[in-house]
Amino acid sequence: MEKNEYLELFHQMLLIRLLEEQASMLYQQGKIGGFLHLYIGQEAVSTGLISARQDQDRVITAYRDHGVALNCGIPPGEVMAELLGKATGCSAGRGGSMHMADVERNFWGGHAIVGAHLPIAAGMALGDRYRGNDAVTICMFGDGATNIGYFHEALNLSKVWELPVLWVCENNLYGMGTAVERASAVSEMRQKAEGYAIPNSVISGMDVMKVREASMQALEAVRSSKTPYFLEIQTYRFRGHSMGDPERYRTSEEVKRWQNESDPIGIYHKHLVEQNIASVDELDELEKKAEQEIQEAVHFAESSPEPAPEDLFKNVYFEADK
Amino acid sequence: MPRITVREAISQALWEEMERDPNVFILGEEVGVWGGSYAVTKGFYDHFGPDRVKDTPISEAAIVGAAIGAALTGLRPVAELMTINFAFSAFEHIVNQAAKMHYMFAGQMKVPLVIRTVSGGGRQLAATHSQTPDVIFAHFPGLKVVAPGTAEDAKGLLKSAIRSEDPVLFIESATLYQSRGEVGEGENLVPIGISKIQRTGNDVTLITYSKMLETTLKAADSLAQEGIEAEVIDLRTLRPLDMGPVLESFKKTNRAVVVEEGWRSYGVGAEVAARIYEEAFDYVDAPIGRVAQKEVPLPYNRTLEQLALPQVEDVIKAVKEVL
Repeated sequence: MEKNEYLELFHQMLLIRLLEEQASMLYQQGKIGGFLHLYIGQEAVSTGLISARQDQDRVITAYRDHGVALNCGIPPGEVMAELLGKATGCSAGRGGSMHMADVERNFWGGHAIVGAHLPIAAGMALGDRYRGNDAVTICMFGDGATNIGYFHEALNLSKVWELPVLWVCENNLYGMGTAVERASAVSEMRQKAEGYAIPNSVISGMDVMKVREASMQALEAVRSSKTPYFLEIQTYRFRGHSMGDPERYRTSEEVKRWQNESDPIGIYHKHLVEQNIASVDELDELEKKAEQEIQEAVHFAESSPEPAPEDLFKNVYFEADK
Repeated sequence: MPRITVREAISQALWEEMERDPNVFILGEEVGVWGGSYAVTKGFYDHFGPDRVKDTPISEAAIVGAAIGAALTGLRPVAELMTINFAFSAFEHIVNQAAKMHYMFAGQMKVPLVIRTVSGGGRQLAATHSQTPDVIFAHFPGLKVVAPGTAEDAKGLLKSAIRSEDPVLFIESATLYQSRGEVGEGENLVPIGISKIQRTGNDVTLITYSKMLETTLKAADSLAQEGIEAEVIDLRTLRPLDMGPVLESFKKTNRAVVVEEGWRSYGVGAEVAARIYEEAFDYVDAPIGRVAQKEVPLPYNRTLEQLALPQVEDVIKAVKEVL
């Protein structure tokens, strides 16, 4: 890996953290509506995972999607503009926080109905298999999604039809406010893949390099075998499920312990310095650059136009717009 | 012109579209080796092979979900749901995924998907397998809902549905498969979203679709013997709903009855009547009549089942009430 590649991972994690900190403030100011689910604490998961994909690999995820959107290359300004519901947002203000997408960048959304995008991911993989493409569909979802029927239908189908899907379960230990052990019959989500004879593994998601390495192996497994693989990545969200979460289901000590001991940005910072990949000064410089980018993104979003009222009926049907 | 069954018409449409476009493929329960639970895809598996005629597990959400995903990649899946009663298990994917994606992602994604399914009662399958919940699906913008009543329309509309860039729920009627009609050779595409006058008359306008077209035409023939000439309009598509021919006819007859197989509450009759009142209030000479299924879960017993379903006599009676 080249030095700039190492630094790019750091840069992407910073962008996610800083963009979401700004989003949190804008939400409190009433500039962002609806739900806002922050990815802070989980940055290493999507950053490591998406860094391992090839351009032809499709990415689809659940509603905690800002990080994935940035990792897939959507400019921070377009992500922020979507949060503000502006015409320049990546979904033109139609989708908001939970429904970001950029098909040109092979990012197929942000999907907000828990587990519902898993059968769709299987279908995208079917599309690639039908055409004999070399692509893998990377489907991310939370631990909570493993308890709904769509998950089981999709995993079963992916195995029966030998579909090139990488199932990635981000286990952040809580489905909304319900701890995994209170909602799931098994403690490791990968155990559910066993029931469908899908090869699987579980890793910690707080070290971006380890996530990247495991993701590369998993993607290779899917690409070479043309069958699904299930990767569980254990992580932790430092913020509430969404804005306004009173967090009665976990103690502040628990959260602080994770923040102090397992901050993915802190862990990677230490790694870069200790391995002499970058100096502290260089990383400080990168952080300043990322802060500047996010400021520009906020400015871009705030100064962008609202969607035009006459566009209300646009895109209901493809054929009506022709 | 050859007279063929609705089953043959649908089968021909599928076959011809699959021959025409390699991106068209079929998936569903028992569509392949079995030949289709209503024998619509008989012979397809041997001709087109397992990659284009895909047997699925009994897994409706996965069938529709996977069809959506495949459509997103540019394929043209035709997903078969054995009956519309099983579509409830895929409701999320039909109305909350397929119908939303083009809009919510601002036109970035399109879902050229057809979901074929079978609606209606009358075969003693009892309450869970006999429903006509077509209007539920027609409630959602973003989805097109098509329900032909003749062999010609079944073929022409299915071909249009397969070529549509939008998701289409294509509703067939189990008791119409054996019904015969003239179907011309060649393309004969029928556009989605266009109602059709199936019988002309000046005394009353009868509005219907799918299986009830047959019932309504029988009633119209019977009424004609009494000197009452009914104009019968087949909606053919529930969304988008084409009210043009309905309003034109109503302005001539000033009286209307809507005939549907599903329940009366919140039904097609409610929608069509409301639109007539909104658009042609000055032409109304009598309250618009509605013939529909009795408001009970359909019973197994044949006599009770037929009592609950709309019959020719119900249509005749309703017409006489508005005259």
